Amino acid sequence: MKIHEYQAKALFRQYHVPVPDGDVAFSVADAKKLASDLGGFPVVVKAQIHAGGRGKGGGVKLARSMEEVETLAEQILGMTLVTHQTGPQGKLVKKLLIEAGQNIQKELYLSLLVDRATASIVIMASQDGGMDIEQVAADTPDRIIKIYVDPLLGLQGYQIRRAAFGLELPSAAMKSFSALLSNLYKFFVANDCSLVEINPLILTSDDQVAALDAKVDFDSNAMYRHKDLQELRDLDEEDPAEVEASKFNLNYINLDGNVGNIVNGAGLAMATMDIIKNAGASPANFMDVGGGASAEQVENAFRIILADQKVKAVLINIFGGILRCDIFAKGVVDAAKKTGIKIPVVVRMEGTNVDEGKKILADAGLNLTSAVDLLDAAQKIAAAVN
Amino acid sequence: MSIFVNKDTRVLVQGITGNEGSFHARQCIEYGTQIVAGVTPGKGGQQMDAIPVFNTVADAVAKTGANASLIFVPPPFGADAIMEAADAGVKLIVAITEGIPILDMVKVKHFLATKHCRLIGPNCPGIITPGECKIGIMPGKIHKKGSVGVVSRSGTLTYEVVDQLTRLGMGQSTCIGIGGDPVNGTNFIDVLEAFQKDDETRGVVMVGEIGGSAEEEAAMYVKAHMTKPVVGFIAGLTAPPGRRMGHAGAIISGSSGTGEAKIAAFKENGIHVCENLGQIGRICKDVF
Repeated sequence: MKIHEYQAKALFRQYHVPVPDGDVAFSVADAKKLASDLGGFPVVVKAQIHAGGRGKGGGVKLARSMEEVETLAEQILGMTLVTHQTGPQGKLVKKLLIEAGQNIQKELYLSLLVDRATASIVIMASQDGGMDIEQVAADTPDRIIKIYVDPLLGLQGYQIRRAAFGLELPSAAMKSFSALLSNLYKFFVANDCSLVEINPLILTSDDQVAALDAKVDFDSNAMYRHKDLQELRDLDEEDPAEVEASKFNLNYINLDGNVGNIVNGAGLAMATMDIIKNAGASPANFMDVGGGASAEQVENAFRIILADQKVKAVLINIFGGILRCDIFAKGVVDAAKKTGIKIPVVVRMEGTNVDEGKKILADAGLNLTSAVDLLDAAQKIAAAVN
Repeated sequence: MSIFVNKDTRVLVQGITGNEGSFHARQCIEYGTQIVAGVTPGKGGQQMDAIPVFNTVADAVAKTGANASLIFVPPPFGADAIMEAADAGVKLIVAITEGIPILDMVKVKHFLATKHCRLIGPNCPGIITPGECKIGIMPGKIHKKGSVGVVSRSGTLTYEVVDQLTRLGMGQSTCIGIGGDPVNGTNFIDVLEAFQKDDETRGVVMVGEIGGSAEEEAAMYVKAHMTKPVVGFIAGLTAPPGRRMGHAGAIISGSSGTGEAKIAAFKENGIHVCENLGQIGRICKDVF
């Protein structure tokens, strides 16, 4: 679960991770009030959306006067910000972070994430702050310090020193950096983060370190034990159809193509998208109804897909294991009765209670095309849309 | 022969009195698995059908000699259940539970390094040696005894592969779902190594998906250590970057974890790549 920069910085403050003074503004008036409270210039006006690359997209600007704050706030609030992470349609800016400008001596990079291969939390630090870290990793991997933390022992003093000396920090900044890294680790573990990235981490002209940016991602599986963090979810940043699907515990992702698909199981759902592409069509979504879906979940999945205007045909691919084909078929029939089917639907069903499932579909008198196997299904769906 | 489980494996079920636990315990028994005990804290002394239920895994092991565990507890208690089984000396732990927090699994993994046991999963369909033992939630009847080893990160995708193999007359030695989470117990290499050593396995199907680099590492292992043929498939070539595709571990982060990189690694290391899932059975027929 992603949160905004301003929310991440508020959490950082609670953990004594230094961040510039500032707060969130929802209007131009808010922005001016906050800038005035900061008591000096320059002030930074930052668009708050769930995507990186905001600076390059024109969503982060420096204001040297109250007039500039007003002009920039008017300009950025309500703009559709397009970055390499938003896709070409961009994202509407509804909030700003108004922050005090900093005297920057040096820009660094610092992140914490879970490393899959070693099953530990890895700290990554680099002197090449403010740049695309993937590019740094590709071009100059020796410029990135990696420290693996044993989760049973926690972060050790020598590991913090390794990061600090590796970053070639001046001795006056050591204490400030040690406290920041130690507190950031505590924050990461206590809140079930999956990623914390500070790019840049700045060394100020008075040898202190602070988080100039803050990107935080939480482990969705752990949010049941963080009711306070759940409140930070911003539904404005999510696709409305995806929000709707999440209410029914459906794994749904909206994509660009025109072939809707409903599948049980994440791996088979991905493979089904690939098969659609292979057949010369393009998937409109990823929809995994899960291994043990109920008829109600299936009905809602089908309803959400049929409501998608770009969908020209639907492929249903079910391999019944725990999810019985008869239960699935009942969900499809219920949804079809309520919403009606006006586009071609190809059904490929296999596994537990497949004969009962096929009978339910046949008896309902729906206009469905059945497929004998995956190859057959792919050809029929491609023929339907092309 | 087979790997990890056979007709002598004695299984206990953690969470046996829950809906899923009781349903699948019965399915396993019907398949022929020796389910010898159940564990539900507070329900010790009761029975689920004819299976004795214990309060702790240690009690169940002491009284029944169980050497494998099948876990169905809800995600908040998943890590605890795995550690309890490991601490009680259970040699093979199969965790079906989906949704265990990753930082819990990180701790579990380091804890298990001090124990002599194997964890399969979590977030997996389990393991089956056709005709002998099923410890998991896969539909038993699509499987057939034979000589193809199957290892996969997915559930229903594995059923699809197994179904195609069986229909074309190719039975399986053992099928293992290693799970869709980013941090799991047994990995591809552990299973490939076991299949290579197993006399009954003649070839292996490896089913991967986007996210992480386990397939790339496995591919290098295949080239360096395996003499048996391997057919590989990767799901998620059309998945957008940065989105979690159902499985917690199925996510392309920046440029890492892409399907293209995995397929390239398969090809470079002599794995027979299946590009279209609908043809995997036929490709196996040709290769094996």
